[in-house]
Amino acid sequence: MSRERVLRRDGAISSRAGLLDRGRAWLSHHRDSAADSLGRLLARPLGSLLTCLAIGIVLALPAVLAQALEEFRQLSGDWQAPDRISLFLRESVSEEAALAWREELEALPAVARVDFLSRDDALVEFRELSGFADVLDGLEQNPLPHLLLVAPAASEQAAQLRARLLRDERVAEAVLDSAWLARLQQLTDLGRRVVWVLGGLLLLGVVLILGNTLRLAIESRREEILVVKLVGGSDAFVRRPFLYTGLWYGVGGGLCAGLLVVAVFALVGPAATELAALYGARSSPLGPEPMAIPYLVLLGALLGLAGAWLAVSRHLGEIEPS
Amino acid sequence: MITFERVSKRYAEGRDALSEVSFEIRPDELVFLTGHSGAGKSTLLRLIMLMERPTRGRVTVDGRDLARVGRRGIPRHRRDIGVVFQNHQLLMDRNVFHNVALPLVIAGHDHREIGRRVRAALDKVGLLPRERALPVSLSSGEQQRVGIARAVVGRPRILLADEPTGNLDPALSAEIMQLFEAFSRVGVTVLIASHDLTLISRLHHRILTLREGRLVGSGGP
Repeated sequence: MSRERVLRRDGAISSRAGLLDRGRAWLSHHRDSAADSLGRLLARPLGSLLTCLAIGIVLALPAVLAQALEEFRQLSGDWQAPDRISLFLRESVSEEAALAWREELEALPAVARVDFLSRDDALVEFRELSGFADVLDGLEQNPLPHLLLVAPAASEQAAQLRARLLRDERVAEAVLDSAWLARLQQLTDLGRRVVWVLGGLLLLGVVLILGNTLRLAIESRREEILVVKLVGGSDAFVRRPFLYTGLWYGVGGGLCAGLLVVAVFALVGPAATELAALYGARSSPLGPEPMAIPYLVLLGALLGLAGAWLAVSRHLGEIEPS
Repeated sequence: MITFERVSKRYAEGRDALSEVSFEIRPDELVFLTGHSGAGKSTLLRLIMLMERPTRGRVTVDGRDLARVGRRGIPRHRRDIGVVFQNHQLLMDRNVFHNVALPLVIAGHDHREIGRRVRAALDKVGLLPRERALPVSLSSGEQQRVGIARAVVGRPRILLADEPTGNLDPALSAEIMQLFEAFSRVGVTVLIASHDLTLISRLHHRILTLREGRLVGSGGP
């Protein structure tokens, strides 16, 4: 075997790195890419900060809305649904007839309890509570009907029971006292849906902001990408530093978002707590979820990676040595 | 080591860059590729690098039919070939050491091995004292030698060079050619595209001559 041949074979073997070396080198390239990307962001702090702030604001908006909605939901949950049907009887119904009907109603399985409030008692109560005493004194006769207060056995059947009672000819009007709470519940659900849709759109916005930022980063390093591809850098190798750039932007954005959420609750929280206290809600102060910052950082990191992946897969392919 | 069998390349605009080119380069040969600019020299090198695909014909490198190398196989293929570019293609924001180390970093060698090999390659091209310098602070000839060090640091079996002496004075050009001859002597297949006929005719190696995309001469030394 000639000398050349030996050398050549030696060259061929040693130009391939061992598996263990390659694993270690892969890790170290990850470390280097991460450090290098971070270094590039820190090298132009103002621009990077602005990008992170933009992401932070977009992330903070749905976070604050969702948190506020959650607080409101808990608050309204504190209000007990009275689940009581007020039956206003026709004037033609006498007190005796009303009392007799009360016995009948209480015997029904769908009914838990029935209270009777005579028109005279009702007038006394109304006079005390409403402050319209003078006006009531001016009336020749009591305008109020007899009232039966029906508590349904199960609150789900309240509406059904009300409809049934309303069909009775002795009843002038039947009011389900919990109806407004149900409406509030529906409004809250609607609010939650709006937050979800808005949140989804804003998250998409974050991905697009990052995609565009990364597109510019890729464009500014075009020459370098070409050289790396020419000397045999794989797509993954070329992609790696940009994915880290996206990751860092996302983490920075998440951090900004977390701080913004904390700031918003510090500004609005005390006033909202007072308002809640007026409505008789528990008086624990309103504040952000304790895990808000870590969650937002994690979310930011994932969105950062997604945006970077989008930009990289779209634009790196276009940069081919030619 | 490099075989072209009736290779043609037609670009989209209808221009024939290469037509029916056939030749073979043996493993320990140093071959010059010459011709006027636009004769197809660069296209021929780009076909070997898989920066282009031939329209017709077959290119074989180190026993591998390049038509069978898919998109994902290209980086691996390029790692087996050292390339020296006319305009150096150095990374201007990295120092000499990091420029030369790039192919080894890509191939996944460990740090100590990289340091050892990069210094050996820089030593070979006489630039060991400048390893911390940035490319802008180097002369054109030094930049070209950094490019050569980067091309050989991975110990490729094939070395391609596109006008490696394009911007250099005759003395420096001769020096660069001596470097290529040294690599050829240890068994590396070397293919150098150059239009500097006075220089290459002095160096007794085979010359492939292209004219308007056709191979018109493949004379020996």
